[in-house]
Amino acid sequence: MATISLKVNEKSHVVDVEARTLLVELLREHLRLTGTHVGCDTSQCGACTVWVDGKSVKSCAMLAVEADGAAVTTIEGLSGNGKLHPMQTAFHTCHGLQCGFCTPGMVMRATELIQRNPNPTEDEVRHGLEGNLCRCTGYHNIVKAVLTAAETVRGGAQ
Amino acid sequence: MSDQGLGASVARKEDRRFLLGKGRYTDDVTLPNQSYAVFVRSPHANAAIRSIDARQALAAPGVLAVLTGEDAAADDLGGIPCGWTITSKDGSKMVAPPHPALVKGKARHTGDPVAMVIAETRAQAKDAAQLVEVDYDPQPAVAHLNAAVANGAPQVWDEAPGNVCFDWHLGDAAATDAEFAKAERVVAIDLTNNRVAPNAIEPRAANGYYDDVEDRYTLYTTSQNPHLTRLLLAAYTLKVPEQKLRVVAPDVGGGFGSKIFHYAEELLVLWASKKVGHPVKWTSDRSEAFLSDAHGRDHVTHAELALTADGKFRALSVRTLANMGAYLSTFAPAIPTYLHATLLSGPYVIPAIYAEVKAIFTHTVPVDAVRGAGRPEATYLLERLVDKAARELGIDRVEIRRKNLIQPDQFPYQTPVALQYDVGDYPATLDMALQAIDYGKFAERKAESEQRGKLRGFGISTYIEACGIAPSALVGALGAGAGLYEAATVRVHPTGSVTVFTGSHSHGQGHETTFAQLVNERLGIPIENIEIVHGDTDRIPFGMGTYGSRSAAVGGSAIYKAVDKIVDKGKKIAAHLLEANVADVEFEDGKYRVAGTDREKTFGEVAFTAYVPHNYPIDTVEPGLEDSAFYDPKNFTFPGGCHLVEVEVDPETGVVEVVDVAIADDVGVIINPMIVDGQAHGGLAHGIGQALLEECVYDTEGQLLSGSFMSYTMPRAADLPSFKVGNHVTACTHNPTGIKGVGEVGAIGVPPAVINAVLDALAPLGVTHLDMPATPEKVWRAIQAAQGGAA
Repeated sequence: MATISLKVNEKSHVVDVEARTLLVELLREHLRLTGTHVGCDTSQCGACTVWVDGKSVKSCAMLAVEADGAAVTTIEGLSGNGKLHPMQTAFHTCHGLQCGFCTPGMVMRATELIQRNPNPTEDEVRHGLEGNLCRCTGYHNIVKAVLTAAETVRGGAQ
Repeated sequence: MSDQGLGASVARKEDRRFLLGKGRYTDDVTLPNQSYAVFVRSPHANAAIRSIDARQALAAPGVLAVLTGEDAAADDLGGIPCGWTITSKDGSKMVAPPHPALVKGKARHTGDPVAMVIAETRAQAKDAAQLVEVDYDPQPAVAHLNAAVANGAPQVWDEAPGNVCFDWHLGDAAATDAEFAKAERVVAIDLTNNRVAPNAIEPRAANGYYDDVEDRYTLYTTSQNPHLTRLLLAAYTLKVPEQKLRVVAPDVGGGFGSKIFHYAEELLVLWASKKVGHPVKWTSDRSEAFLSDAHGRDHVTHAELALTADGKFRALSVRTLANMGAYLSTFAPAIPTYLHATLLSGPYVIPAIYAEVKAIFTHTVPVDAVRGAGRPEATYLLERLVDKAARELGIDRVEIRRKNLIQPDQFPYQTPVALQYDVGDYPATLDMALQAIDYGKFAERKAESEQRGKLRGFGISTYIEACGIAPSALVGALGAGAGLYEAATVRVHPTGSVTVFTGSHSHGQGHETTFAQLVNERLGIPIENIEIVHGDTDRIPFGMGTYGSRSAAVGGSAIYKAVDKIVDKGKKIAAHLLEANVADVEFEDGKYRVAGTDREKTFGEVAFTAYVPHNYPIDTVEPGLEDSAFYDPKNFTFPGGCHLVEVEVDPETGVVEVVDVAIADDVGVIINPMIVDGQAHGGLAHGIGQALLEECVYDTEGQLLSGSFMSYTMPRAADLPSFKVGNHVTACTHNPTGIKGVGEVGAIGVPPAVINAVLDALAPLGVTHLDMPATPEKVWRAIQAAQGGAA
């Protein structure tokens, strides 16, 4: 067992974890933050995407001990007080989600994408989301949502 | 129409919890004293099990139990039943071998569950599973259809000689033979329909809890139809009566057919919970899902089309081998028969059709419904054959279809393969799609692609499908073990808000919104004041669940019927309040009004009166405002349409890029256009995935080579274009909503359009045939072979 300390969604935690515990297991099972999902076992689906120190990471591909000292943001912490981030709002208005299972990872990845590239083309969005699988939407409305959110955020910054 | 009723693209009510990470999926449910199950699964496709030694595993930290097939048999656990019986040509019933929840003595596919390890943590259970020593005696196995029917093939079941489960047929053989005998032209095709894995992004999971105080079981499970699971648990597997069983399917992360079926793990976690005295949770990982979720498709087909010299269809003859896997999954036998052969007329006039389907056992994961279920297989073979006919007869691909489409004035149209289509307008959807893709300028686009070194191809598919499989009496006569109605209860509360309890189950379809829109349309209540409850057998009277694009057409009709009863009862109450005859009271826009007057009562006033019956017709009308309906459809519904695809092929690498997709569907009356389009998008991605990327590949030993997302290629955002989706509505004639269904149209219509487009692109190189998936390697080899190179 190892003791690690980290911040998750602005809240400090000190936890004992096994050396093999994955970050996603820490989030889901120790901290009961079940918004982060597990859809595969080969780091292919992206349902477990969170931010570690502001960068999107597949939390099934990172050991919890590697997050010692880090600041982690999950879908529950993307926006405060039950409000929706512009990316979440765009997924809602563009019907960018159906069953909702890939959604948290997709939203975390997409939000980071437009932070890095505030004015992406459709092609850049599609390539930027290649690490995240969705079986429901055919990506059509997800892409639309990301482009819409980018526009909203750009408008807000002006 | 209100701004929230039929035709309104309102944003979904259910989105908020998903967007905030507050969805509640099965694996999110952790109960007090939770324990965890991990399965030991056979690594061999066919092996005798000489012994199982669990001593080391039992001694490992945290382990509560190791259970085997011997334990299951000792407790008289039932085998997993098959819910549909097919009768062969010769009148004999299909071979339905036993399907034990945990195998005893023999494993019949890689992934067959051999032992169940239960421990206090998931990690402990995983560790201990490694310590279970199983002594296997591996034997020769067979995974592929043609190998399984060859002389001397390994036999999956002694009681199924030649590995034949059933040998079934449909249609008029003599009439078909007669047409072929006098046919001016005959076109033949041999093709396969590739085996696919359903791959909902949420893996299956089950959490079982036995309450020894109440002597009652609760199961949380990833199910598309919790009542059906409860029924099968009660009647066949756990053998505990329904009132002692609660099955909850909370938020479910996609189904695509794979979560219809009753699976062994659902039974085993309940059984194990009673044995160990803890709730037992099992969550599949993805590799395990590939070995335990029912797969789809896997057909080998020979088909022939008889035509006149000018391209009129005269007859169709189809011979199909369908892979069942090692056991019969819940609806498996119905898929290649009543959901496949009955669809072989497509949207065309074909005077005679004869189909033979032989279902074959192999040492593979069971095969059952996956999005489309039988209808994609029928559409694929027909549309490939029609394209081949156009090419061989020198007729334009669009024109040969136009020439043979059933015309709008021919409905109701009786096909030679049992179905009677009620309504449609196939020429309209054909024209709509052609316009959307700007077909007239295809040659210009092709020339432009050529300048960039790319081969451009145009592909078309005009299709029909059948949804809302019904009526119950008919499907019963055809071998179904269940009824196929749907149930709804509409509870109007004293202040006029409404809760609807539906037997349909939403796992992405958006029922919490669309069903509320249906109620809004009828009662005028804002959808914010309407709650849709689904997925819990303790809360909902009964239900048959969601599959086969049935929810809006069948479940929605049940809601309409229940609302009718509410409206009628409300009329009696309103008549009393308005001192009028019931016959004179009308209900419109949320108000009861005496016809021809301005005397009215709102729906809310009537609802309140029903619960506070001071001034009330108490002698003739009971208090309260709640009613239920069970709706049994009179017929299938028949969505149809036209799917068009343009691809660019790189002749150097064989890479196919889908550059344009335009579809026009007729899915009947539309509740929420935004949601309907979303359903079409998802189906298209699924269908394009099958056509270009996806395949469950078994080697000759029965090992699944594509057993993870590393080796099984799922469609990703950059593999797909944005889609052009159009709708042309003809309303279903036999249900109260006019809805036909949309969940599967993409997966059914688009695969042949993709392959037809690839073959069109490759035609100049001499390539005439490809099987799905058209991977770069396969396309490259086909090009090399056609060019006489070393392939």
